[in-house]
Amino acid sequence: MNSKYETHEHDVLIIGAGGAGLRAAIEALAQGVRVGVVCKSLLGKAHTVMAEGGIAAAMANVDTSDDWRTHFRDTMRGGKFLNNWRMAQIHAQEAPDRVRELEQWGALFDRTESGDILQRAFGGHTFKRLCHVGDRTGLEMIRTLQDRGVHLGIDVYMECTITRLLKDGDRISGAFGYWREQGRFVLFRAKSVIICTGGIGKAWKITSNSWEYTGDGMALAYEAGAELMDMEFVQFHPTGMVWPPGVQGILVTEAVRGEGGILRNKNGERFMERYDPKKLELSTRDLVARSIYTEVREGRGTEHGGAFLDISHKSADYIKRKLPSMYHQFLELADVDITKGPMEVGPTCHYMMGGIHVDAETAQASIPGLFAAGEAAVGLHGSNRLGGNSLSDLLVFGRRAGLAAAQHARQTEMPAIDASQIEEAVQQMLAPFEQTDGGSPYVIHQDLQSTMQNLVGIFRNEEDLARALNELEGLKTRTARVRVEGSRLFNPGWHLAWDLRSMLTVSEAVTRSALTRRESRGAHSRIDYPGLDDAWGKKHNVVVKKAGAMTLVETPVPEMPDDLKQLFAEESAPK
Amino acid sequence: MAEATLSVFRGDQQGGTAVDYRVPLVPGMVVLDALHWIQAHSAPDLALRWNCKAGRCGSCSAEVNGRPRLTCKTRMDSLPLDQPITVFPMKAFPVIKDLVTDVSWNFTVNKKIPPFSPRRDIAWKMDQRDVDRVQEFRKCIECFLCQDVCHVLRDHCKQTQFGGPRFFVRTASLEMHPLDGVSRAQVVKDELGIGFCNITKCCTEVCPEDIHITDNAIIPLKERVVDEYYDPLLMLVRKIRGAQKT
Repeated sequence: MNSKYETHEHDVLIIGAGGAGLRAAIEALAQGVRVGVVCKSLLGKAHTVMAEGGIAAAMANVDTSDDWRTHFRDTMRGGKFLNNWRMAQIHAQEAPDRVRELEQWGALFDRTESGDILQRAFGGHTFKRLCHVGDRTGLEMIRTLQDRGVHLGIDVYMECTITRLLKDGDRISGAFGYWREQGRFVLFRAKSVIICTGGIGKAWKITSNSWEYTGDGMALAYEAGAELMDMEFVQFHPTGMVWPPGVQGILVTEAVRGEGGILRNKNGERFMERYDPKKLELSTRDLVARSIYTEVREGRGTEHGGAFLDISHKSADYIKRKLPSMYHQFLELADVDITKGPMEVGPTCHYMMGGIHVDAETAQASIPGLFAAGEAAVGLHGSNRLGGNSLSDLLVFGRRAGLAAAQHARQTEMPAIDASQIEEAVQQMLAPFEQTDGGSPYVIHQDLQSTMQNLVGIFRNEEDLARALNELEGLKTRTARVRVEGSRLFNPGWHLAWDLRSMLTVSEAVTRSALTRRESRGAHSRIDYPGLDDAWGKKHNVVVKKAGAMTLVETPVPEMPDDLKQLFAEESAPK
Repeated sequence: MAEATLSVFRGDQQGGTAVDYRVPLVPGMVVLDALHWIQAHSAPDLALRWNCKAGRCGSCSAEVNGRPRLTCKTRMDSLPLDQPITVFPMKAFPVIKDLVTDVSWNFTVNKKIPPFSPRRDIAWKMDQRDVDRVQEFRKCIECFLCQDVCHVLRDHCKQTQFGGPRFFVRTASLEMHPLDGVSRAQVVKDELGIGFCNITKCCTEVCPEDIHITDNAIIPLKERVVDEYYDPLLMLVRKIRGAQKT
């Protein structure tokens, strides 16, 4: 089969065109370097469009007492102090400027009476902090960044999948992949590569994530020798749709609760009163998800295994104005009018707190020339992310990654390309066409989703996790022999056959890390170790490839400086 | 178990034909679910685009029983199931394979539109009422169904002279932005060819986001072009004063 490839050259290559990738591209371009962006879908379809509730930034437009210190404190508390304190600090300090910048590039947020950007309440945030556009904030953000980037002149390579990072000695030298449309191969030479590929939700059966979320960037970085960290922390959003079957997992924005939505079990009890009497529905996501799950497990769930979420006490006009997408989503897909009755909701795999280990200031990974930002990177969110902190994360660290990657590119020569690495990548991609007795990628994918859903879900234990590891081994063997039918022309079966490898690598990292961490913290709940363990609170699990094998290394959590520690002391002092 | 038949276009730019697939029905099933079932069980190389499966990204556009639709929002139980459901690619764009079409033309049109350009020295304050008007246009998910249904593109193939409804919506969002400071009337008239539109409102009918494309975007833009280029009184004044509108 044809193994020829075309070549493109950039100073900075960005993999992924969601919020982080586009923000990085805009910043790198402003530094005067040549920027290319590669994405698996069409431009503007990245998972950022699905973000609904808002961007967390302490602008103090609604609650004037808000400031970066409070945002920092909320973020650290939400993450159970496993966050990188410096990232949490930078994020809280810079988010307001990033939001203003979006507005100056044409984004139109909802307004306050006095004409400023309106902010709404969200789980775990002390003040009303989420800048929003109804319940389609992500769409507004990606369209703004997309238009800005296109007019500045970034080169976008749409519907292109990267299958391998290339190295020149220790440093990154580019990336190799294929055009999804024609199936032809393509080489990108670059001095810096930024990974902005998002998360791994598609390894679970019930997920809010799109097909693109197959952990590509994390797997690429891992294979290239970079460190992954905190991989056990997978966020299950408390409220996904549960009925009908085809929509299971589709996100129901936290903004429903932010706007006053109430959770009840089948007996009509407002059960959050028992789990978090103070914050109720606006508790952190890990806690609300576990509460719903527990209600269902103990027999108090709804007909289709969820909880009721009710906003119908608000006026129909208000609901349609503040939650228009939710209104249409339920009406059209589930025959439920949310202005008149409750929604049925349950937990759905939503977000990966773990990812590529990066430097807080520059977003540089442990390999020279490799950077990562957004969900693909780790650090800001610790063991549990607060709603709204993801969009701000994309902007703050996307910008920093773009800046640092451009600086790195300016200081280095174009690295050399090693033909043998390309040869290997080509062989890997063509192998599934040669298989005669292997299985279908769709069946392997379904089996992987069952394994992760049933054994590496919200509540975990030693036995399940060990079984999951065992099953993952079997799935890896099957994937090595996966068989693809048809040609290379836009062939989704072939595309999935590759994505499976990434999903398996990342799923294994999640499972091994979860097995090792013998405590419950944030989104990681071990039934056999239900409490917080102070010793585990001081260390991260780092996953790295050593001599071809996945290896776990414990690394200390960097200690917060005294001035920041003081912020927590002040607040807990008696008033 | 109840079943339905989908008659799906299989082929590429060389041509193709509809192939029938039997699919088991599940409560609440949408056409995209059925297509995924076909991929997993009958035709692993069936090409289609999708992302969010929640009507939010605008990737899964196709023509279901001849009507441009998002397949993720088209319920099977809303269609007559006693006959095959036809699923064809968008006709206004060249086929790449099966349901996947080449929509790259749209991205080149977009580049012609001057970006948001705020007026100088403004306070960043806006009234919700002014924002509401523009937010309607900003809801657009770029599914390109309006482009697909528009006869100027679909039947008359005026792609080189006409921008299509999607880009009138985009231009309107910029023109009506409360803080924008440039006029795009010349672009609307000459580059996007708004004169070709004879307001049949087909675009408005197929918009999954219920944007009133014709009434709220196209007609006001046509009025701007008329005001700027064809107002007889203004033309006279300009002739006398020799002044150019900036």
